Formats: sequence, C-alpha cells, structure tokens
Amino acid sequence: MLKINKLHKSYPIGDSSLHVLKGIDLSVEAGEMVAIMGSSGSGKSTLLNIIGMLDEADEGEYILDNVPIKDLTEKKAAIYRNKFLGFIFQSFNLINYKSALDNVALPLYYQGLKRKERIEKALFHLEKVGLKKWATHLPNELSGGQKQRVAIARALAANPKLLLADEPTGALDTTTSYEIMDFIQSLNDEGKTILMVTHEEDIANMCKRIVRLKDGVIMEDVFINQVRALQHV
Amino acid sequence: MFDRDLWREIFQSINMNKTRSLLSGFTVAFAISLFAILFGIVNGLVNTFDTAFVDDASNSIFINSGKTSKASNGLQAGRRIQFKNEDQAWIKEEFDDKVQYITSRVYLNVTASFRNEKSNYTIRAVNPDHQYLENTLVTYGRFINQSDIKNKTKVVIIGRLVEEDLFLKTTAIGKYINLNGIQYKVVGVFSDDGGDNEERLIYMPVSTAQQIYGNNDYVDQINLTYNPEMDFDAAIGFSNMLTKKLKERFMVSQNDQRAIRVRNLANESKIVNQMTGGLGVMVLVIGFGTLIAGIVGISNMMIFIVKERTKEIGIRKALGAEPKSIVSIILLESILITIIAGFLGLLLGMGVLELAKPILEEFFIKDPSVSWSIVIGALITLIIAGAIAGYLPAKKASRIKPIVALRDN
Repeated sequence: MLKINKLHKSYPIGDSSLHVLKGIDLSVEAGEMVAIMGSSGSGKSTLLNIIGMLDEADEGEYILDNVPIKDLTEKKAAIYRNKFLGFIFQSFNLINYKSALDNVALPLYYQGLKRKERIEKALFHLEKVGLKKWATHLPNELSGGQKQRVAIARALAANPKLLLADEPTGALDTTTSYEIMDFIQSLNDEGKTILMVTHEEDIANMCKRIVRLKDGVIMEDVFINQVRALQHV
Repeated sequence: MFDRDLWREIFQSINMNKTRSLLSGFTVAFAISLFAILFGIVNGLVNTFDTAFVDDASNSIFINSGKTSKASNGLQAGRRIQFKNEDQAWIKEEFDDKVQYITSRVYLNVTASFRNEKSNYTIRAVNPDHQYLENTLVTYGRFINQSDIKNKTKVVIIGRLVEEDLFLKTTAIGKYINLNGIQYKVVGVFSDDGGDNEERLIYMPVSTAQQIYGNNDYVDQINLTYNPEMDFDAAIGFSNMLTKKLKERFMVSQNDQRAIRVRNLANESKIVNQMTGGLGVMVLVIGFGTLIAGIVGISNMMIFIVKERTKEIGIRKALGAEPKSIVSIILLESILITIIAGFLGLLLGMGVLELAKPILEEFFIKDPSVSWSIVIGALITLIIAGAIAGYLPAKKASRIKPIVALRDN
C-alpha cells in the first residue's frame, strides 16, 4: 500500500538548516492501523505531511498504491490527494461558513461529481458518523466531538485508500477521544488503512502497530495487541 | 467560468462573509459614486458656460458707431459717425473670405395693434443673414429673404410673445398687423433661447424700415459672424484689422475709442474656452484620481481577503482543489462584488446628483449629469484593474503549500 525508502527532509532555519527526517524507511500494508509516535520535534508530523503530499521530501522514494509520488506539480498533487487520501486534523479544519453537509461534500465537488450525487454521498457519510440530523448546522454550532466526526465523514467521502490523522484526539476530552477512536477502529475493521500521529500512549495502543520516531529516525517499529476503545467508553 | 457549482460556491462565500463582502464593496461603490458626482458637477459648470452664450452665435462681431471723441484729419471732435448700407457692402467686399454672415440693424420703437389688442414693441430691421447670427428659431412661416430686401415688402416676423400678446389664441401667420398706422403682413413667428425680451421683438426687412421711417439708407449697427474656421487669435486679429480700416474709412483717429466700437465675442469665447479646457483637465485629474483610489482600494482588499482565507485555501487544497480553482474562486468573487458594488455606487452617485440639482443650480451648476458611457467605462476600468490587481494575490494564494496554510491561525 505504502512504501517509503530513505526519506530525508530538512528545513532552512536562518543560514543553517534543520535536518528533520534522516532516512526513514517505512512500509505499510493495506488494512493496517499505524500510530506514529514521538516527542515534539521528532519529525512525526513532517513524515505525515509528506505522506499526505502536503509537503515534499528532499530525498528518498515514496510509493503510494504502486504510484511513485515524485516531481509533483500543484495540479498533480491536488488530484492524488483527492483520489488517494483522506485527512483528519487535530483542529478539525472545517470551513466555518459551510454547513456540515457542505463540508463533507467539498472533496466530492473537487472530484467533479454532480450536486445531487454529492449531497447523496455526503448525507450517507454523515449518517455513518451519526450526524445526519446535524447536516444543516454550521461548525460553530457543533461540539468538538461532533466537529471531528464531520471531519471524519469528510475524509471518508472521497473514498480514499489511506486515511491520515494528525493528532485526531488532541483537542478532545478523554471520553470523546475514545468515542472517536472507537469509530476510527470500526473504519479499520471495515478495511481502511489508517495512519495517525499521536503522542498519547493510550491512543497509540488502540492501533495495531506503533512506529516510534526520535530525532528523525525510526527507533522502534512494533506490532501490538490492539486495545479496543469500546472497553473504555 | 460558467460552472454553476463554482458560482454556488462563490455566492455562498459572499453570503456567509457579509462583513468582508460589504467592506470590499464599499470601497468600489464609494469610488464610483464619487467619480459620478464630481464628474456631474464639472459637467454642470460646463453646461452653465455653454448656455451663457447660447443666444448669439459665439463667433459674432458687433459694430456700433458714436460721436468722435478726438479731432483728426482736420475734423473736430464731436462729429457723429453714421453707418450706411454701403458700409456693410464694403465690409463684405473687403473681408470676403473672413465673413460668414453679415447684417445691418435698424432699431425702431412702434406701437403695434391687431384688432383690439395694442402694445409697444421694438422693431429690429435686418438682412436675411440675421437669422443665423442670433440663433433665431422660426417656429412657423419664414424669415426675411432676399426678395423682401429687394422689393422692400411690408412683411414682419414676430416673436412668440408678440403673437401671444396680440393674437391671443389665434395664429398670426397671414394676418395684418398695424405698426404705427401702417399694415404689415405677418409671414413668420420665431422663438429665441435668449429670453423674453428677445421674443418680444419684431423683425422687418432693413430696406423697408429705411424707406418708410426715414427714407434714407442709415444703419444703426452692423453685425457679422467671422469664418468659423479661424481660431480665436485669427478672429481677434481680423476684428482689430476691421476696426483699423473702419476708422480710416471714416477718418477717425486710431486712438478714438468712442466713434467706432467693435465688440468681438471671440475675446469672451476664448476665456470661456480656456475655462472649459481647464475644467476638462480637472475632470481628467478627478477621474484618474478616483479610479486610482478605487484600484488601490481593491488591491488592498484582495490582499486582505487572501490573507483571511489562507486557512480555507489550505483546507481546500488538502481536499484536492487545484490551483486553478483557487484562483477562479477568489477572482470571480471579487469581480462579482466589484460589479454589484460599482453599479450601486453608480446609482447612488446619480441619485445624489438628481437630488442636489435644485441646490446646485444656485451655484451656477446647471443640469449636472454624467453620460452613462463614461461611468460604465470607469466601472469597466475598475473591474479590469481590480481583476489584475486581484490576480496576483490570488495566484500567490494558490501556490501556498497546504501545510503552511493549515498551520495559519
């Protein structure tokens, strides 16, 4: 599903540069649920951003679903993002002047679907996250957990191959976090490949595999026994 | 561009971000309404100047005579100078290519009556050319013609108000009017923009008046218009030359300001022309000024809008928006706002002009209005300029890395 070889990334800071990723090798199979852990500055978010094509690596190879991701033009990146990836952010990143339904339908708009079809699909996904009744509400009328569920519905709407989550529970309280994790686990059960960045051990333990980063290299890469979030809810 | 979904996105964005849309629209509306108002006021000033000279042809020259104030050529001061028919002929001959129309004038005061109606009027006995000198509009009938002059026919052309006074509700044409006991046939009725006094005149062939009221060939005044192809300086040169030659002809000292007086409207027209020219420059400065202010306003607004929407742009890009769609959504939104706001500003400016009309008239600003073509032109300029000014920040926004945009708070 996903294969990364000798990935390097550095950011210029003044005259010098900060080497954030120092040769990352990672391969993820379809259906996996991987937590990328590390302290701040370990490079975990940078890695996720490169995988999400939100940022570009300086060196190394990145193959997603047998497609080598390189020499991306803006347009090509946009098409790949739309086709392959779904994003879940810590701060939800919903468009505040659009209703829940319109937010979910937005990636479908960029896929070029007809309006009727978009609404239909968006409603289906909203129902899946249990927010069909809230379809016409604006994001600021929703609770944090509801916002994140709208964001998940949006990430799912385009039917991506890979779901990327950057601290998906970072802005939520514990109970809500577990609810969200339960939902993400159920998505994984259905076969979605999920990659998430987190620094919370309990959240990481709800994944099936933990990759620990430190100072830009992978320290540890282990498969674990998944803790079901439902036990805690 | 005509994608319905794209427009839905744009309308939603405008509708849900009312403050932002109002603010950016306000700049444009303000610039355009200011443009319309200032332009209208200047136009009103120009109109005032124009109407001040509407009565007489602006290339008129009036020649009057009086008593000499200086002795010359062995003749004493105090001699009366009298123009005659031959003087008009002489001017025409001497300055043939410089004279457009020429007429003599003889003034008489008469008591006119028709049936029981009776009143006092001034007769202006003139040549056929007079019609063009005075901008006389013959509403029906005809003006004096050459055969009237030759045959000394007893015909008159009366002013609109003379007809009203004497003929009441009936038409005057073909009827006979009594002027100091002599019957004249009315062959025409005229109107004149020069005011009520001009419409209380009676025109008569100059030869008729000379024969009946003096049996001489005396002329009170000679009027002419100079060839309109001459510019002001050439016209002023012409009237100076005419004055000099006339003084020689009547053996009047060249320094005598009384005996022969030549008034050339070119002198006044030149000043008016310079003023309207100055106003024209003012219009250009105002026009450019407000337009540039509007363009700067729009550019600033665009930069602000792009800044404000950075995060949204990041989200859209993460969801698969191509750069092209980012540019078009921002650009079309601002163009739409510009068009709507510009149109409202236009209506506002014209409405203010319309309301302020009576007040402005007191300040010699007559009929202040703007031609649609000018204002629409200004609006289109503003839209194009706004689009160009907006394109650069929009393009830049479309190039922002989504990760940078998403980090923006």
